[in-house]
Amino acid sequence: MILLLAYCAVLFSFASGLLALLSNQQQLLLALQHRFLKTPSAFIDHCLDEHHYPNFLRQVVFIALGLSGVFAILAGLSVLISNTVVTDQIGLGLPWLPWHIRFDALSGFFFLIIGIAVGAVSLYGPGYVHHYKEKDHPFAVLGLFTGLFVTGMLLVLLADDAFMFMIAWELMSVASYFLVAFQHENSANRRAAFLYLLMAEVGALAIILAFGVLASFSDGFTFDALRHAQLSSTWASIAFGLAVLGFGMKAGIVPIHVWLPEAHPVAPSHISALMSGVMLKVAIYGLIRFSFDLLDKIQWQWGVVLLIIGTVSALGGILYAMMQPNLKRLLAYSSVENIGIIFMVLGLAMIFLDNGHPELAALGFLAALFHAFNHALFKNLLFLGAGMIHQQTHELNIDMLGGLIKKMPQTSMVFLVGCMSISSLPLFNGFVSEWLAFQTALQVDVLDNGVLRSLIPVSAAALALTSALAAACFVKVFGLTFLGVPRSRHSEKAHEVKDKGMIAATTLLAGMCFLVGIFPSVIISLINRVTGQLLNQTLANNNGLSWLWLAPVAPEQASYSPPLVLIGALIAGCVCYWYLRRDPAKAIRIGETWDCGFGGLTPRMQYTSSAFTMPFRRIFAKAWIIDEQVNKDFQGAMDQDVAAVHYALRIQDHSWPWVYQPLERGVNNLSKQVGRIQTGNIRTYLGYSFVTLLVLLWVIS
Amino acid sequence: MNWLIAILQTTLFVALAPLLAGWLKVCKCYLQNRQPPSLLQPYRDLLKLTNKQPVVSEQASWLFIKAPYIIFSATILASTVVPLIAVDLPTSASADVIVMVGFFAFARFFLALAGLDVGTAFGGMGSSREMTISSLAEPAMLMAIFTLTMNASTTNLSLAISHVLEQGLVLRPSFVFALFALILVAVAETGRIPVDNPTTHLELTMIHEAMILEYSGRHLALIEWASQLKLMLYGVLCANIFFPWGIAQTFSLHDLGVGLLAIIGKLMVLSIILGISETLVAKMRLFRVQEYLGFAYLLGLLGMLSHIILEASR
Repeated sequence: MILLLAYCAVLFSFASGLLALLSNQQQLLLALQHRFLKTPSAFIDHCLDEHHYPNFLRQVVFIALGLSGVFAILAGLSVLISNTVVTDQIGLGLPWLPWHIRFDALSGFFFLIIGIAVGAVSLYGPGYVHHYKEKDHPFAVLGLFTGLFVTGMLLVLLADDAFMFMIAWELMSVASYFLVAFQHENSANRRAAFLYLLMAEVGALAIILAFGVLASFSDGFTFDALRHAQLSSTWASIAFGLAVLGFGMKAGIVPIHVWLPEAHPVAPSHISALMSGVMLKVAIYGLIRFSFDLLDKIQWQWGVVLLIIGTVSALGGILYAMMQPNLKRLLAYSSVENIGIIFMVLGLAMIFLDNGHPELAALGFLAALFHAFNHALFKNLLFLGAGMIHQQTHELNIDMLGGLIKKMPQTSMVFLVGCMSISSLPLFNGFVSEWLAFQTALQVDVLDNGVLRSLIPVSAAALALTSALAAACFVKVFGLTFLGVPRSRHSEKAHEVKDKGMIAATTLLAGMCFLVGIFPSVIISLINRVTGQLLNQTLANNNGLSWLWLAPVAPEQASYSPPLVLIGALIAGCVCYWYLRRDPAKAIRIGETWDCGFGGLTPRMQYTSSAFTMPFRRIFAKAWIIDEQVNKDFQGAMDQDVAAVHYALRIQDHSWPWVYQPLERGVNNLSKQVGRIQTGNIRTYLGYSFVTLLVLLWVIS
Repeated sequence: MNWLIAILQTTLFVALAPLLAGWLKVCKCYLQNRQPPSLLQPYRDLLKLTNKQPVVSEQASWLFIKAPYIIFSATILASTVVPLIAVDLPTSASADVIVMVGFFAFARFFLALAGLDVGTAFGGMGSSREMTISSLAEPAMLMAIFTLTMNASTTNLSLAISHVLEQGLVLRPSFVFALFALILVAVAETGRIPVDNPTTHLELTMIHEAMILEYSGRHLALIEWASQLKLMLYGVLCANIFFPWGIAQTFSLHDLGVGLLAIIGKLMVLSIILGISETLVAKMRLFRVQEYLGFAYLLGLLGMLSHIILEASR
């Protein structure tokens, strides 16, 4: 029954992809209708009408996608609540290796994440893709690959053998490549898509090798066989390293994150939302499945590796995000940051697990999964919001926006909720997972190892810095995009989004961000089942998970009660509002903005993105490669008067010159060396054949 | 009963905050050979402002008008977490010290947004600087607080203070480091000299004031009050975490009275020290602030490491 729900989710997403193929087949459908239906029904005629057909088909495709999301949520919830493991085999795949299916709490939890995201996207989609011109951007392509992409992600979660896992993984990667390349008329988009495909395939190679290491110590490719592989600790570490490389490349950890800020912004916004919100989580799922489930013993050194990688990614991600003027690039970099946080906490979980504190490991694991859930919610919300802004203003550069809070009140409200969640402010969901992460890190006292005891607090401090920087970054985003005076004609002429589905999807996500922030225990108790199944260990203090209180370790160690805080906030707000309430007519006088008495304030006098982040750029100057140029045009006698000042700022990632360019040079040099044997001279080639023949003869004899 | 005392304590917090600001002003005036205003001058200012009609820019959105209420409420919520006269209050269980830092972040988030709302250069300048300073100060503060919480192995402030009380007067290197780190952060976060000057009238050097330049009337009153409350909160944190003696552990009238007198005494001493330092030290350039806060961060880290290496139980 549970499995049936999961299959339904997969099938509906697949069906939505196939249905999209019908977008140019209107004539065919008409012919079919005339052939098989003796009495033409008015409804079908109406649907197949030339004007209604594209709209109708879009609705159908997205409804199928939405159903897939709903079934995914149902399947995930039912497996989590019933706390069972279901297995199955499907006669697809290799002759001797049918597809093994396993649906357990971990898969269920990620099903839930995907389901929510896909559900929101399918509400949002019809309104968003509406403005694509069929000639340039055919809906068939978008719909087909969206469906396949979701199918791939769902199948990855269901896979119980390495073969099926890789097939599904590749389906996900390749389908998303076509989505990134969807608007391929810009060369930048093609380049981004190619970079994405390249890194996805290198990552996939690493994953295959990781499975290969495990498989060589076992007798098969099913996960069941891999679980029982007897590895020496060196080989286990090699397998783990390959898995971190492979899954990390997909998840976007520093320094193998470079595809992410290129690829996410160029895809259509609802696809960026899926990629950033969900696909990165699938990579996290892969890493968790590989290290916590397949590798039989976790070593704490791995935890240290993840902790360090995670810290670097979190700090690097947010620092790079801060410097981006492009809204979607900024959000993509902020995904790097959040993935870094998840890696950090997973690392903590590993350290505690190997040092014999499974209850603390469960806490860390729970914090990681909860943050993955929260990040999916708010990152989806923010990407969808960015799509709405883009649709209305045709602009993603936040230096060109401004004043949208008055033009797009509903969008601004949901975007504000997203910004508050991602900045981890109390009462919203981001805060709870960060709180849990801090609680995990603060339990460091139980460890014996001196290095760990000093490393973990330092990374906790880095986490604190990260969250403070994130708040600054999203103050910038919201402040410059929505507040102030419009900086361009586009943002001045913006209107609120008309489509109800788009508003509904973002409102739904914003509401969930808030509700999960107030009642985190609901989700946490679900994750507790996952830890129960995977680590055989639930939280030390299961009673600390009532709807009112959150006390994961012990109530006297730490407790947090979001509902009580909310009540307190309401009381405090009401009291001061009531005390200061005045006659509305005389309450406020509207006046001009203070201009120091000089007059003539213009929108260009406002702070821009680069101005806002200037102090950060100066303080953390080493974190970027900054190319800042100020050119002045002079005029007048002796060229004394400045006519115009040109300011150009280019900020680059350190990973390009340090990692990728040496790599690129290396590959080029190597191919030049290899090229030497290609002389183009027929005699040389004959000589090669002769030598080869001799060698072969020698080998045989 | 417990809840009543908790509400009473929060009310005391809110009510006494302007008094502390007044006392600080009096101290500074004496130190600088000036005629001090009345101790109650901040109350008069607040009252005057609440009765004035605020002028709001035509560019302002709803956020600008609602922000003062949000800022004030968030600061009040932060004050419910901090034990002023008594420990073991129910409000301190509903939110721990990380949540308290979160409330400060909440207030700051809206303050910075309000600064950007009107679309003037000053607002942006203030917001940018405030977020810079706070994003450096917040980790330093968390480091200092984590030192304490790891010592007491709880993040609940009230329980941590009880723990320090039980231990008695023990000189711990980690506490000394953490205390200095917290004081440095407190000076930066409450916008005092040498980081920011609350009485400055030159827009270019303003940080906090630049953000709230557009506010007037009761909105300004709320923001001023919130920043006075924040000053008091940091004062109480420094005083009660590191010198908790005198705080009431039972809810008898006598103990509560002693607790009140003790905290008033501690804050009076603390503000004299702050006054002296503000008189002696000049304001820093903006880009020296990161060195100052980096130092605070380092102190916090040293405190934590010295706890882990020297003092931990094993």
